[in-house]
Amino acid sequence: MTAPLLQVDDLHVRFPISGGGLLGTGKRTLHAVNGLSFELAKGECLSIVGESGCGKSTTALSILGLQAPSEGMIRYRGQPLAGPGAPGRMQRAKAVQMVFQDPYASLNPRQSVRTSLAAPLRLHGVTATSEIEGRIEAMLKNVGLTPEQAARYPHEFSGGQRQRIGIARALILEPEIVLLDEPVSALDVSIRAQIINLLLDLQEKLGLSYLMISHDLSVVEHMSDRVLVMYFGEVVEEGGWREIFEAPAHPYTRRLIAAIPDPAAALDPAAKQDRFADLPQFAGRRFVSDGSTSPDVFTAPEGSELVEITPQHRVRFSVK
Amino acid sequence: MTAPLLDIRGLRLGVAINRSTHHPLLKGVSFQIMPGEAYGLVGESGSGKSVTSLAVMGLLKKPLAISGGEILFKGQNLLSLSKREMRRLRGNRIAMIFQEPMTALNPLSTVGRQIAEMFVLHQGKSWSEAEKLAVEALGNVRVPNPDRRAKNYPHQMSGGLRQRVMIAMALACNPDLLIADEPTTALDVTVQAEVLRLIKELCAARGTAVLFISHDLGVIASVCQRVGVMYSGCLVEENETRALFADPKHEYTRGLLGALPRLGSRSEHGRQRLVDIDSIIADRSKLTETRFIAPRGAEGSQP
Amino acid sequence: MRFGFNFWLGAGLTALVILAGILAPWIAPFDPVLDADLMSSELPPDATFWFGTDAQGRDVYTRILYGAQISLTVGIVSQVINSMIGITLGMTAGYWGGWWDDLVNGLTNVMLAIPSLIFALAVMAVLGPGLPSLLIALGLTNWSWTCRIARSSTLSLKSQGYVQAAQTLGYGDLRIMFTQILPNMMGPILVMATLGMGSAVLSEAALSFLGLGIQPPFPSWGSMLTDARQLIQLAPWVAIFPGLAIFLSVLGFNLLGDGLRDSLDPHMRTRKP
Repeated sequence: MTAPLLQVDDLHVRFPISGGGLLGTGKRTLHAVNGLSFELAKGECLSIVGESGCGKSTTALSILGLQAPSEGMIRYRGQPLAGPGAPGRMQRAKAVQMVFQDPYASLNPRQSVRTSLAAPLRLHGVTATSEIEGRIEAMLKNVGLTPEQAARYPHEFSGGQRQRIGIARALILEPEIVLLDEPVSALDVSIRAQIINLLLDLQEKLGLSYLMISHDLSVVEHMSDRVLVMYFGEVVEEGGWREIFEAPAHPYTRRLIAAIPDPAAALDPAAKQDRFADLPQFAGRRFVSDGSTSPDVFTAPEGSELVEITPQHRVRFSVK
Repeated sequence: MTAPLLDIRGLRLGVAINRSTHHPLLKGVSFQIMPGEAYGLVGESGSGKSVTSLAVMGLLKKPLAISGGEILFKGQNLLSLSKREMRRLRGNRIAMIFQEPMTALNPLSTVGRQIAEMFVLHQGKSWSEAEKLAVEALGNVRVPNPDRRAKNYPHQMSGGLRQRVMIAMALACNPDLLIADEPTTALDVTVQAEVLRLIKELCAARGTAVLFISHDLGVIASVCQRVGVMYSGCLVEENETRALFADPKHEYTRGLLGALPRLGSRSEHGRQRLVDIDSIIADRSKLTETRFIAPRGAEGSQP
Repeated sequence: MRFGFNFWLGAGLTALVILAGILAPWIAPFDPVLDADLMSSELPPDATFWFGTDAQGRDVYTRILYGAQISLTVGIVSQVINSMIGITLGMTAGYWGGWWDDLVNGLTNVMLAIPSLIFALAVMAVLGPGLPSLLIALGLTNWSWTCRIARSSTLSLKSQGYVQAAQTLGYGDLRIMFTQILPNMMGPILVMATLGMGSAVLSEAALSFLGLGIQPPFPSWGSMLTDARQLIQLAPWVAIFPGLAIFLSVLGFNLLGDGLRDSLDPHMRTRKP
């Protein structure tokens, strides 16, 4: 049995919050991620879904090494990627890279495309100019840009083209895992399809593994093999895309799916309601079903566990 | 046949780059909103949907300037009104909610007082009376514990609550027209669904017409009865919502709808490549040459 | 990038000072120190002595041209020192945060609480008068605003996607600071430095006026004003022209700085359609 490509084991991230008060008396601890565990297999697209504050971005930062976990292990091919014994930035850079949400903020306005692609190569020991040029040219073609565009600066590109540059930068060091942080949500609707198609093509062509963070469930359904639904720091449901979208068990997952403004569903409200009517209901531990208040994020969650209801489909239950 | 509430005729506006050159943003846009109707304008960035709403509100700032057309509100041309007359209309007869409620609310004043101010300003109520009405208004937008929440400052509220406060302010004086410019884009999906339902139900109950602006076809579909699709400063297609989604006529609309990953489509058709809009549209520069504007009532019944 | 009227006026005045300083040995009609002639002292402006002569009979015009060298040297060198200190402290404080940030912040606040001229006076008192100590004194006392700007720019740039991307690509901290952050905050720093040159010229004049700066007989606008103090009623031109030179050069630097700020400020920039 070989080690999985990426393995996150019981990840906890907590932030100390100095909550006002003289002499820091109001100090509290924010539980951003609580006991998150998952594995990412080679060539798979796993999506983490949830709303703001659910801990999905913190999880991504931990995997990238930009946020130290409070507890738990992150392993890449069996080797620790964060925590004690973690490698330096250089080794991690070759394992995991990230595509950012905002194509306008994610490119340095003072660097040409060539500079922002060549600098990481040089840093990682590729010194021959011909090799650097060759790899930049090949990468630009991969993402649907022309080699001539390498001399240009970010402001000369449209949002979609910038996102292609962002993808090129993430792939230039040939990482095995690419984190996609809301990769299309900042783009115009007509551009989204092109970027989604490009990401799927590249995944197949280069054998990439994607870990996607998103709140856009229609994009998630289209791209993912497996889905994790997070709610305030915990996974409430996980399963293959078919289980999550066709037989969602946790009430929060259902609420998320029902909330999507889908043109077809909006025009035919009956269809949307009927879809989940005959499914069994499961209770969530920390889930406040009317959504009027949010759970207390300053205390550790009470005991609950993910229970497998069908193969590969697990839902959170309280242990009592 | 009732008269339209808002009748925009051949509206043209642009950016003055310097004295001689003028970059057009709206190239003759015309549409009508009936009293109580929810009308959606959908388009991508740069299509001109937001400047249309700013023009109606009379909030265009230099270098933006109107170069032609009329905006008739209840038969009165808004473009010929003085600043003073426009100010009296704004917030009272025409109200607006924005994408980011935090920037539209005063951080130094409680939300109750900000809503109350609308009653004092436009209806001449006393402060004590207005504050009671403000609590009532918060209850109407389904803010839990309205009397306690009225004493909150904007930063003490979540994004969804803030947007509810904005809606309460906008609807305080029972306006005839509510302009909503991407009101839910900054919100989480479940919160978005609640805010959309709120706008839809409140406006339907009060007979307020809505001009709803969004890039999201799904959002538009869930609120509006009639939709206009904008591209590059032109209204390229307009129809009843149901008809537009069922049978898009313009190639741009077809491209937009095809490019959208739709929930449930994967289980029916498997993972397909999404439609690349450029494969549908042969020449983007010719897109605005054709327009499909369906006549009102063509579909027969109102939804 | 478009520049307004203020920028060009400032640039013109600054260019005038720079040209005067550089070309002084060639265009000045006399020697600033050696051509002293008590017979022709305190002459009003005429065709030979354009700005008149001072108490030692030296040509005021010549001395103002040479004085420009001093003012420019002081302005530029002290601002280079200030910017280097301010950028280094501000950028590292903003990037690393923690105790280092607290320390730099405390230091900046202390510096801002001491009037910089008084602090420069104290430094000069320790180092003794003269140009090198003047440069050190002014270079050490005016970095606090640059430091604050560098720190706040770094804090906002740090959360930009491209800085995070550089971290994930394996860049070291110093490399990120110099390739990703510094180039993107040069605008406001440059504005700060230009505005600082104006105040450095003023401080130099003030310190020289107090006898701590450039020592006679070498000409600096400030020391020329000191000499003119007793003559202000008998021979006002001895005071007017150095005063005017200080006024115009400081105005020039300030207008240049303001003009730069206006054109670098993204809100003022007209966007391409």
